Parts: sequence; structure tokens; C-alpha cells
Amino acid sequence: MIVLWILIIIGVGFVLLAVGIYNGLITLRNRANNAWAQVDVQLRRRYDLIPNLMETVRGYAKHEREVFQKVTEARSKAMDAESVKEQEKAENMLTGALKSLFAVAENYPDLKASQNFMMLQEELAGTEGKIAYARQFYNDTVMKFNTKQQVFPSNIIADMFGFKEKEYFEIEEPAAREPVSVKF
Amino acid sequence: MYEQITRNKWRSFFLILFFLGLIFALSWAFGELTGWGPQGLILAAVIAVPMTFGSYYASDKIVLAISRAKPVQKIDYPYLYNVVEGLAIAAGLPKPRCYVIDDTAPNAFASGRNPKNSVIVVTTGLLQKLNRAELEGVLAHEMSHIKNRDVLVQTLAVVMVGVVALLSDWILRTFIWGRGRKRSRGKSSGNAAAIFVVIALVLAILSPLIAQLLKLSISRKREFLADANGALLTRYPPGLASALKKLSEDKEPLEAANKATAHMYIVNPLKDIKGKVNKLFSTHPPIEDRIAALEKM
Repeated sequence: MIVLWILIIIGVGFVLLAVGIYNGLITLRNRANNAWAQVDVQLRRRYDLIPNLMETVRGYAKHEREVFQKVTEARSKAMDAESVKEQEKAENMLTGALKSLFAVAENYPDLKASQNFMMLQEELAGTEGKIAYARQFYNDTVMKFNTKQQVFPSNIIADMFGFKEKEYFEIEEPAAREPVSVKF
Repeated sequence: MYEQITRNKWRSFFLILFFLGLIFALSWAFGELTGWGPQGLILAAVIAVPMTFGSYYASDKIVLAISRAKPVQKIDYPYLYNVVEGLAIAAGLPKPRCYVIDDTAPNAFASGRNPKNSVIVVTTGLLQKLNRAELEGVLAHEMSHIKNRDVLVQTLAVVMVGVVALLSDWILRTFIWGRGRKRSRGKSSGNAAAIFVVIALVLAILSPLIAQLLKLSISRKREFLADANGALLTRYPPGLASALKKLSEDKEPLEAANKATAHMYIVNPLKDIKGKVNKLFSTHPPIEDRIAALEKM
């Protein structure tokens, strides 16, 4: 009789453990998904800052049409990008275009000194930092999820319920790892 | 990086465990001597916890008031705001409120009972003297204190010091004022009772000192842990290492700090540490050791 009770208790124990592991996997996966979406929040902020920046620069340097066009084009491409690869390529181009814009601004001391410009410059620099941090945090959450998905005993539950390994945010194009060149 | 994090987490855990062991030893000795049993420990906890709880709960407000820190808007310090916000994103925490102390001595601290009610404070001296990478390193260290709930850990340590102090005090009083009803229960033999009494006495006299040393050792391990976690946030240990070098060379003491708040700053604001014995009683590890640990990452 007692043996039966012990078996029942052990059985219930296993079920509770499995439930705990399953819920843990769900939580970690949702955190990773959330982290990915948060990167988009920062990217959006960058897109929203750019028109403001361009207007400020145009106020002082309206003849620099080429660089304005580059920035506008790169920005639309980045906003329209569909796949992760496309977005990465477009983001890279946008970063390059912005660098050119700031390089051009170096020739206009009045622009450089303007409060508006300095604030926007700081905001953009801060946003670039936040994008990087958001991506870093996404990778951290992916690491935690993947680890749980792979270690024993949670890998059993993961396989049973179809939890797939997540991809890190990585640089796909080797060209993107080169330093960005600024062309006038 | 990860190894240092794990190592310091385990070390502080074991220190706390040892601390609890000390408390149980004391309360057992107290119980044996007076026939009170566990009531001694319960009473000590009941006294020590509420006394400390108030300061824990309002830790952010108290510390801001003592150090005359001023809240800042994003417009005044956009650089600081952006760095703190970025690090909060990297740490997965809500953004702490930012404050500034007007003092040329470079220093920083963080406080608050949980991440939602946390604050980060920097001096104007810090903002002027450090570059972006160094500032990020320092702020990442502070953010890690918040993430690791070090205010809670420190409070626990303070409560335990209080409990130890109370129990030791009561044990010594039972010696001075007579031993109470335990005699009638009759211990096995005269010799065993005498040895036990000596042990209890030694424990009671030394425990308060041991408790302080434990609390300070815990504080130092948490500092190493915050350094390592901060490096993990920025993924750039040289930033904090360089900042610590600069801070160690600055000899100016921070006017707004005093002995009560000194332990929370990133480097000892009172600048009076010298000698080996002082190391044991220091809330922060020596800066050379911290820099060496960062350079090993």
C-alpha cells in the first residue's frame, strides 16, 4: 500500500517538475521575442530623429544636396526593409550616410555651434548606443533561452513541445564588419 | 567575466551562510545558558528587523537627502540620461532616476529598495573628469548594484550584525547577572559545563567583531561582483578599469559623504585607507585589485 503512495508522490513530483520546466521555457522564449521587438523601438526612434536633423543642417548648408539625398534614400530603404538581412544592409547604409552628413557639418562652424544641432547630435549618438545595447540584450536573452533548451533535463521537455533554438543577431555581410568609410 | 561573476556570487552566498551559522551558534549558546530556547533568536530578530527595515524601505530618499543630491532633467544632462537609459536597456531594468551632486570630487553611487525605486547619483566632478567609455563603465557598475539587489543584501548583513550584537550582549549579561534556571536541568558533568561556558563567553565577546568583518567581507565581494556584472553590461572592461585608475589618483575627499554613506560609493569617498589592517575593515576592495580583476577579463 505504502509503495503505491510513494510511486504516486514521485509521479506527481515529476509532473510538477515538467510543468515548471515548460513554463520556464515559455517565459524565456517570450523574453527573447520581447527583446527583439524592443530593438525595433530604438530603430524607430532613430528614423524619427533624422528628418529633424536634416532640417537643422539644411538651415545652414542648403547646397549640400547630395548628402541629403543619400540620407533620405537610406532612411526610406531601412524603414521599408522586410527581412532581417535586408534591414541589416539598409541600417548599415544609413549609418554611413549619417556619418557623411556629420562630416559635412564640420565645414559649417555656425551649424556646429547651434544648440539644436548639438542636441540632435547627442540624441543620435545616444540612440545608436541604445540600439547596440538593445541588440546586446536580445542576444543575452537568446543565450539564456538556448541554454535552457539544450541542457538536461529541460531539453527533453523542449523537444517534446517543439521549442526551437533561436538565432543570435549577427552581422551577416562580411563587408559590414569593415569600418564605415566617409565619402564627400 | 562569467567566472568572476559566479565566483563572487558563491563567495557572498557562503559568507552569508557562515554568518547565519554564527547567529545560530550564538542563539543556541544563549538558549542553553538561560533555558530560553529559540525565544532569544526570535526576540533579537524582532528587534533588529524593524530598526533596519525603515532605512531599507526609504533607502533611496534617505541617501539622497544626506548627500544633497539634486534631481536632473534630460535637458540639463542629456549625455548622462542617454548612457543610463542605454545601460538600463542592456540590463533589462526600468530606468533609474538620475541625480547629481555638485562637487568636483569624482564619485557615484546607486540606491533604492528594488529596481523600480532605484536612483543613480553622480558628482559633477565625475561628469567632467571621465570620458564616455569610463563613464559608461562606472554607471554600468552602479546599474549592476541595482540589478544584484545589493541594497537588500547590505540590509540583510546589517540586520545580522544587529542580531549578533544583541545576542552577544544578552549572553554577556547572563554571565554578569547570574545564570538563570538552566542549572536545575543539570548538564552531564562539571567539566563539560565549564568548557561550554568558556566557549560561549569567547563567542559572545568575539562575535560582534566577527560579524562586522563578515559584513565588510560581503560588501567587498559584492563590489567585485558589481565590477564584473558592469563589465558584462558594457562588454568593455577597460572602460571601468581606466575610470578606476583615474579615480584612485584623485585625492580629493567628497564633502557630502560621511562614514554612514561611504560604503555605497564606487570608491571610498573619505580617502583614508592605508595599511593591511585597514583592508579588512574596508567596504571596498583595494583599487589595484579591482583593476587587476578587470584586466584579466
